Amino acid sequence: MTENTFWLKKIEISVSEAEKRTGRNAVNMQETYTAYLIETRSVEHTDGQSVLTDSLWRRYSEFELLRNYLLVYYPHVVVPPLPEKRAEFVWHKLSADNMDPDFVERRRIGLENFLLRVASHPILCRDKIFYLFLTQEGNWKETVNETGFQLKADSRLKALNATFRVKNPDKRFTELKHYSDELQSVISHLLRVRARVADRLYGVYKVHGNYGRVFSEWSAIEKEMGDGLQSAGHHMDVYASSIDDILEDEEHYADQLKEYLFYAEALRAVCRKHELMQYDLETAAQDLASKKQQCEELATGTVRTFSLKGMTTKLFGQETAEQREARIKVLEEQINEGEQQLKSKNLEGREFVKNAWADIERFKEQKNQDLKEALISYAIMQISMCKKGIQVWTNAKECFSKM
Amino acid sequence: MAGGPPKALPSTGPHSLRDMPHPLAGSSSEEAVGGDSTPSPDLLMARSFGDKDLILPNGGTPAGTSSPASSSSLLNRLQLDDDIDGETRDLFVTVDDPKKHVCTMETYITYRVTTKVGPFICYGDQASLELTEPPHLPLPEKFVVKGVVDRFSEEFVETRRKALDKFLKRITDHPVLSFNEHFNVFLTAKDLNAYKKQGIALLTRVGESVKHVTGGYKLRSRPLEFAAIGEYLDTFALKLGTIDRIAQRIIKEEIEYLVELREYGPVYSTWSALEGELAEPLEGVSACIGNCSTALEELTDDMTEDFLPVLREYILYSDSMKSVLKKRDQVQAEYEAKLEAVALRKEDRPKVPADVEKCQDRMECFNADLKADMERWQNNKRQDFRQLLMGLADKNIQYYEKCLMAWESIIPLLQEKQEPK
Repeated sequence: MTENTFWLKKIEISVSEAEKRTGRNAVNMQETYTAYLIETRSVEHTDGQSVLTDSLWRRYSEFELLRNYLLVYYPHVVVPPLPEKRAEFVWHKLSADNMDPDFVERRRIGLENFLLRVASHPILCRDKIFYLFLTQEGNWKETVNETGFQLKADSRLKALNATFRVKNPDKRFTELKHYSDELQSVISHLLRVRARVADRLYGVYKVHGNYGRVFSEWSAIEKEMGDGLQSAGHHMDVYASSIDDILEDEEHYADQLKEYLFYAEALRAVCRKHELMQYDLETAAQDLASKKQQCEELATGTVRTFSLKGMTTKLFGQETAEQREARIKVLEEQINEGEQQLKSKNLEGREFVKNAWADIERFKEQKNQDLKEALISYAIMQISMCKKGIQVWTNAKECFSKM
Repeated sequence: MAGGPPKALPSTGPHSLRDMPHPLAGSSSEEAVGGDSTPSPDLLMARSFGDKDLILPNGGTPAGTSSPASSSSLLNRLQLDDDIDGETRDLFVTVDDPKKHVCTMETYITYRVTTKVGPFICYGDQASLELTEPPHLPLPEKFVVKGVVDRFSEEFVETRRKALDKFLKRITDHPVLSFNEHFNVFLTAKDLNAYKKQGIALLTRVGESVKHVTGGYKLRSRPLEFAAIGEYLDTFALKLGTIDRIAQRIIKEEIEYLVELREYGPVYSTWSALEGELAEPLEGVSACIGNCSTALEELTDDMTEDFLPVLREYILYSDSMKSVLKKRDQVQAEYEAKLEAVALRKEDRPKVPADVEKCQDRMECFNADLKADMERWQNNKRQDFRQLLMGLADKNIQYYEKCLMAWESIIPLLQEKQEPK
């Protein structure tokens, strides 16, 4: 943890700008994309002044590459998620176009948040590729590819919904996987309903804008009531337009929830990795056990189970003693190797569980903290909306009372 | 039974609620005489013509007769605010104690009408109110009845009681109508049947005269000031109609918003069940959204029960004013017709005959009365709308205050530092 704080002290990261660009892709096709300006500042100076150390442009696909690399190299870490590639859970006023300025701006914030999350992670922050991502504009992709992370990537992890029959699953990970499934489903439900709530709320406010118009028209035919109606109409206009800012603020809350929706996926990735390791371990153990049995059979000459080998022996006569010796020797070597492998897999597994669990604990704490803050800011938003509502209606009432 | 054919009713503009076909328009008179006599054709004629001037579209609905539902459910509840008792009155009228009567032929509700000046208490059924109805005061929306499944439900009877109460209070506040003989009879006589017959005779007479006049003559031009009143009333009714539609739309949006909120809150509860440390904050947010939903429901109920009916009553009220204006035109037309007839025979008779003079007097009186009435109407309207719109603002303020309280109350819960376990 001390190293972590040291790192944060040393460098400040921000994604300060987004820019639309047009270029040619690998197959020489015209494409439009958004590039983001990453600035890093070192704050080593004692007076707290920061000095710009680097600034460079990255596009979303490079962020994706960085994250994929981190996922492969740190399977025991709940790797921070990227903001959504395309807008999801939008209510009708929001554009689903990923070139939309509001969406780009929200993604800029999301990408900055991702970098800060990685930078504040006790393990990930020390990664060299991450450091180069922030500081080396050219050749970064090549450097990543040189690590050969793609070869290391376990394709089985990507196979959706493939379940491996693990005989002795770790109860803690099973529960955690269950939790991440549930979390994902509850947050996506929440986001869906929230988008509908926003839609309806928008409607309620905007229809009030019609009062503004009709009060103004009505005021034209009234004498004593005219002024009051006219200015009350103005307050109704204010009321109707106040919803735009309110819902824009609320979108920030939705983004906070979305981050945890994607975190649920990252959490599940750790569980799946564990599941796979357990599966490999059990397969290795099984393999070893069967080899041991074969060896024993050859040594004693008894066939306990029906096997093809047993059948051929019976059909084509006994093999020579030399042949048998040679086979036993090979098997014994394999058994020896298998035992070594099993040992190391066991060790690796224990190490994984230890590291993964430490990170999961860290993640849980971070999640509780973040979501509590998100709920507080949501409540504060609601409070400010109520206060605005009271203000506008009080003003309108004042106008009505003068009629 | 010969009901007044709806097409015979003169209409007063595209937005008039009166345009609604009223299959029972002519039937109340039958009920008014207790159902023991067949109304004369003359009476029916009078009603179909006189309807416009003397009674509102909501002619008496015989109890027990059902009509096709024509109004939305929003219309079903009617509630009117009590008058602001600013000035001193010498007559206080209240309508209360609705009683249900079930006879072999019909079922109906009576209301007790109490006047404060004397111990006179009489029961009058709804239909008989029309006899004393002044031209400018709308009866509570009777077409409302048609949409109601149970006309005798407590809720419905109560809203109608309030509306009738307001109706009588308006009459007692009216400088001319409060002295009306029929009105006094209505308030004091125990048995109205005898008077009902008289009343019908009156209706017949007026109706005939109107029929006579409108039959032959078209008005040259309305004097400027009355034309202005007419224009004003048209625009006024139009704007109220728009406000009514906006209010309905807002209620619709709010109800849909409420539906979503009712789903939204519980999702936080579901989530809370998965969490340890976050359980309480999430549960708090869920409860908070629940409280806001309740507040929203109260707001929409208030809008439906308090705001919409008053708006609609005012649309009817402006229609009543418009029909008085029309009646004024008829009186003027009568005078002009007579004057023209005299002009044709001018050489023979140089002097304006007495009956033309009488007609002129009548017109001038009518004009003066109408102007005074319009002034009072404007004044009432201003007070009523001030009250209504302030009420609208108040309800919204209250709604936001309830939500504000709910959200503020969970802040400490959210900020609470959990003790490390």
